[in-house]
Amino acid sequence: MSFYEEYIQIKNYPFDHFFSTITIQDVKQVIQKERLHTEDFLILLSPAAENCLEEMAQIANNRTVQHFGRTIQLYAPLYLTDYCVNKCTYCSFSIDNDFPRRKLTLAEIEEESKALVKMGLRHIILLTGESRLHSSVDYLCETIDVMKKYFSSLSIEIQPLDTEEYRTLVARGIDGLTVYQEVYNEEIYKQHHLKGPKRNYRYRLEAPERGAKAGMRSVNIGALLGMDDWRKEVFFTGLHAHYLQKNYLETDIALSFPRIRPNLGGFQPKVNVSDKNLVQAMLASRLFLPRAGMTLSTRESAELRRHLLPLGVTKMSAASSTVVGGYANKEHTHSQFEISDKRSVAEVKESLRELGYQPVVKDWEILTHSS
Amino acid sequence: MTDLLTIGNTQLHNRLLTGTGKFYNHKLMKETLTQSGSQVVTVALRRVDLTATGEENILEDIPKDMILLPNTSGARTADEAVRIARLARAAGMGNWIKIEVISDQKYLLPDNYETAKATDILANEGFVVLPYMSPDLMAAKAMQNAGAAAIMPLGSPIGSNRGIRTKELIQILIEEMELPIIVDAGIGKPSEAAEAMEMGAAAVLVNTAIATAKDPVEMAIAFDLAVKAGRKAYLSGIGPTTTTAQASSPLTGFLG
Repeated sequence: MSFYEEYIQIKNYPFDHFFSTITIQDVKQVIQKERLHTEDFLILLSPAAENCLEEMAQIANNRTVQHFGRTIQLYAPLYLTDYCVNKCTYCSFSIDNDFPRRKLTLAEIEEESKALVKMGLRHIILLTGESRLHSSVDYLCETIDVMKKYFSSLSIEIQPLDTEEYRTLVARGIDGLTVYQEVYNEEIYKQHHLKGPKRNYRYRLEAPERGAKAGMRSVNIGALLGMDDWRKEVFFTGLHAHYLQKNYLETDIALSFPRIRPNLGGFQPKVNVSDKNLVQAMLASRLFLPRAGMTLSTRESAELRRHLLPLGVTKMSAASSTVVGGYANKEHTHSQFEISDKRSVAEVKESLRELGYQPVVKDWEILTHSS
Repeated sequence: MTDLLTIGNTQLHNRLLTGTGKFYNHKLMKETLTQSGSQVVTVALRRVDLTATGEENILEDIPKDMILLPNTSGARTADEAVRIARLARAAGMGNWIKIEVISDQKYLLPDNYETAKATDILANEGFVVLPYMSPDLMAAKAMQNAGAAAIMPLGSPIGSNRGIRTKELIQILIEEMELPIIVDAGIGKPSEAAEAMEMGAAAVLVNTAIATAKDPVEMAIAFDLAVKAGRKAYLSGIGPTTTTAQASSPLTGFLG
């Protein structure tokens, strides 16, 4: 059964009624458990659980240190192109936003790579808009060939591909795949993805699974919080991660909790997700999925990131630029979304050390057949 | 009498093997390794950045007199383990290798079949191979035949600190195998390290329990003492234990 079929079975569950029956006592019982079931996860996402966040945080911190140690993996995004054929209500790259689009040449990619290496980064995630013309598999392969000389791990966050295409990229040196579903609620998904291939909900939903099948070492999923009731969205995200862990034992599954940021289109989130809500989402997920990775993005402020760090985070981006060609040349200003944490890599590392964490910049070695 | 542990052609007087993962900084790691008395330390090749200097290069903070035991953490197949091992040797990390082939990211259980395959290839290439494995006698024999220098069965899953849950199976390996048995993974407390040594294990490898302790340096010292105590107890011949009291009125005393 694919995750889409699992989603169809559970999407009409009476969540609100279930939440209204949950008491603090129910939450406390779940917190004591070593292994959580699906229903336990939902209990931790209930409004009643808001009263138990400190207890949840202590356990989340212990589990994370036990499994991952006092370490945080650092990475940076590299935007290759902002050409995009999709029309999405919330994204600056949307096709009807009028701005000069760019696509990095291989020479520019080399220049960006050198700038990133100089900054002290070894794990990079490559990003594109969705355009089979401008971000083709061939272009990505050429990009990988340039970049693998410089880096220890290369991941992608691009348009969903077929299993065979993912396999081609894995063989070339890609080891990680990030695909955010944006919103798991299928009806709301259709309201925000108006035109273009991204409108195909199921093809996107099953992309992480195709990536795992193709041999991706790690797969990172997430929902853009603010598009619908965050409790349900986080629940579906956790179920999706659980499904992937169960079916693809060899793949590292990680979660992200991006909140909607202001962008060029002036999109306003439907639901306001407070810091407290974000904390609950992270804690419930950590307790439900103790081995899953958890990525914290530069969308959040430096101050908040400091506080979120001990709650289960295992990876974070540093000194991110969400602009195509933003590392070597800083004059280009059209970003996908605004970042809040603008500290340099050295500052991020120093702050991690102060908080008692070891910043890890290298945690893999690209193993293509030439090695 | 000197009680030495032989692995390959090397003789060790200390039976606590340590690791480099999960410390919150390298300075603390260095101090901990120094104080532990350990002579062998495992390090994941995936974490080693040879181009880096200072704090960024983990190798610079490993005491120079320790034997490096690079591990193939991250490998999911024998082929990947072999390639990582070759990279480690090419990087000047010596010819010892701890094979870790884990194709399950949830429990992090080793894949014995792929591990045996990698052992065969690497032993033939002259590596001193220490395979990390699920305690299974037939798999251990396959690794021994393939040229392993020691066998490293898990006590419980990596990082779980759950103690020696696989005790009966490890006991079988200790009794049946000629190679040194080094209990790796799952040891959460010094008492559990002592327990492994009392059972007759040749050594233990402890990382998480030391690195994530409130005071890693003191915890490393505690483990060193426990390993020594356990070893001494084993060599002294532990008396038989019984769950019932000795009967004070014998039933067959009338036989004279």
